[in-house]
Amino acid sequence: MAVNNRAKYEEKLAWLESLEAPSPEELRGRRLATRAWAGTWPVLLAIAIVLAVWELIHLSGWKKDIFPGPGATLANLWDQLHTGLLWHAIATTAERAVIGFGLAVLIGGVIGALVSRIRPLRAAVGSLITGLQTMPSIAWFPFAIILFGISTTAILFVIILGAAPSIANGLIAGVDYTPPLLLKAGTMMGLRRLALWRYLILPASLPAFVAGLKQGWAFAWRSLMAGELLVVIANQPSLGVLLSTDQDQSDMVSATAIIIVILILGIIVDQLFGLADRGIRRRWGLTSTS
Amino acid sequence: MNRVTVTGRRAAPPAEKVKGAVRLTGVSKVFGRGSSAVRALDQVSLEVAPGEFSCLIGASGCGKSTLLSLVAGLEQPTAGEVSTASSRVAFMFQEPALFPWLTAAGNVELALRARGAGKAERRRRTAELLETVHLGGFGGKRPHQLSGGMRQRVALARALAQDADVLLMDEPFGALDAMTRDVLHDELDRICAGRRLTVLFVTHNVREAVRLGDRVVVLSSRPGRVIAEFDVPIERPRRIDSAPVAELAARVTDRLREEMSRDGG
Repeated sequence: MAVNNRAKYEEKLAWLESLEAPSPEELRGRRLATRAWAGTWPVLLAIAIVLAVWELIHLSGWKKDIFPGPGATLANLWDQLHTGLLWHAIATTAERAVIGFGLAVLIGGVIGALVSRIRPLRAAVGSLITGLQTMPSIAWFPFAIILFGISTTAILFVIILGAAPSIANGLIAGVDYTPPLLLKAGTMMGLRRLALWRYLILPASLPAFVAGLKQGWAFAWRSLMAGELLVVIANQPSLGVLLSTDQDQSDMVSATAIIIVILILGIIVDQLFGLADRGIRRRWGLTSTS
Repeated sequence: MNRVTVTGRRAAPPAEKVKGAVRLTGVSKVFGRGSSAVRALDQVSLEVAPGEFSCLIGASGCGKSTLLSLVAGLEQPTAGEVSTASSRVAFMFQEPALFPWLTAAGNVELALRARGAGKAERRRRTAELLETVHLGGFGGKRPHQLSGGMRQRVALARALAQDADVLLMDEPFGALDAMTRDVLHDELDRICAGRRLTVLFVTHNVREAVRLGDRVVVLSSRPGRVIAEFDVPIERPRRIDSAPVAELAARVTDRLREEMSRDGG
């Protein structure tokens, strides 16, 4: 009888607890919403502050005739988003970015792999790579234009020169910082040469490589924008071409709108790299929230 | 205990054959040169019979880990000779040294892949080995999701996956709490009983050495030299807190103390 009572009591207790505790699905939904909001509100607040400061400067009457307020600029951006031209320009620029960055990853990756493994090669070009990394890519344009003319090739050439050194350096750093203990474990396991590379050194280098990619992207994006302003190709609207047209026509409102587009594109890609980085860190258990 | 023998190992070779034995003859190891040179090991001679579980014990800095690295072939002796016959050598470190980008199963599987096992065999053996170390349901977990003891179990499964004849263990349970260590001692006993493994186990815990070893080898400090050897005639299964283990451990400790007081601790 006592056993029976106890069972009943426990059943009731469980029922009472179930009243208070939300279901796992509910919990997960709530957590997701909380996390999304935690990530969103600082961004929204920052945007609001920027717009407010901008509006205040506008209201203060500084350079009143040429400096547009946020209202006019955003309206102009809205209008441009409804014309094919802006989208066409974004597509051209994005295509160049993807091709240029892709080639830079390929070339930087191969150079990084070779330099990290071949000692004489590192002695020979190791510091050259870092030197190239600090070189302002805009300085390459006269060289590229003489070599390739006013063409997309010239722009891609400079993107690669801008981005590949960072990517190579990222991979080299990753290889250098592969924990010796893991290397020992891999060697003891019988991993040799190519297998050691494929199954140990490359995956171990991934976080540093992604950091290199991210930095490489920043350089690629800057090189691309500089290139599109300097290498204006007729009948090929790009974000750079739109900007330089605005400059020619002293259209400050449109120029500001295009700058906003460039900024947003940069932020979006940066977020993608951040996502990849966080994904790796979570898999490796390097974050506090696993 | 059928589980441990169904792992596809061939019948163990007879003890007469030298295969699986480790032999060190007059081995010295010096790090560095000139005035800053450090003699880590001095004229160490040691022979481990096939299937024997030998424990190396000594104060820190006595070159225990160096000795294992020499046997593993990770380093070369300055003088003397190290031979492991034709045997395969596996190494377990104090840290699990698991690859953080792989799951527990992936870590074990990589060891199988490294010695050229096919896909089907890899999958089957991985499951078996995880089962052997009682981690059947944890294959999909990543190292950071496992406790310290579980990580060392995965490392053990990974070492076993190499199908080695010689298993070198460098204080593998040193970072674990006493209770977890106790359980892992039992498992190591059980696993070693099921396969003919020659084990060289380094520790600075005297009781652990007596609990596990067929033989305990005592090394001196700076430079490391073999100063005493104790056979452990205590019947298995053993307990770390049993009277015979404690008694022999006390004798080994006395010998160690003597050594330490001689060179001023």
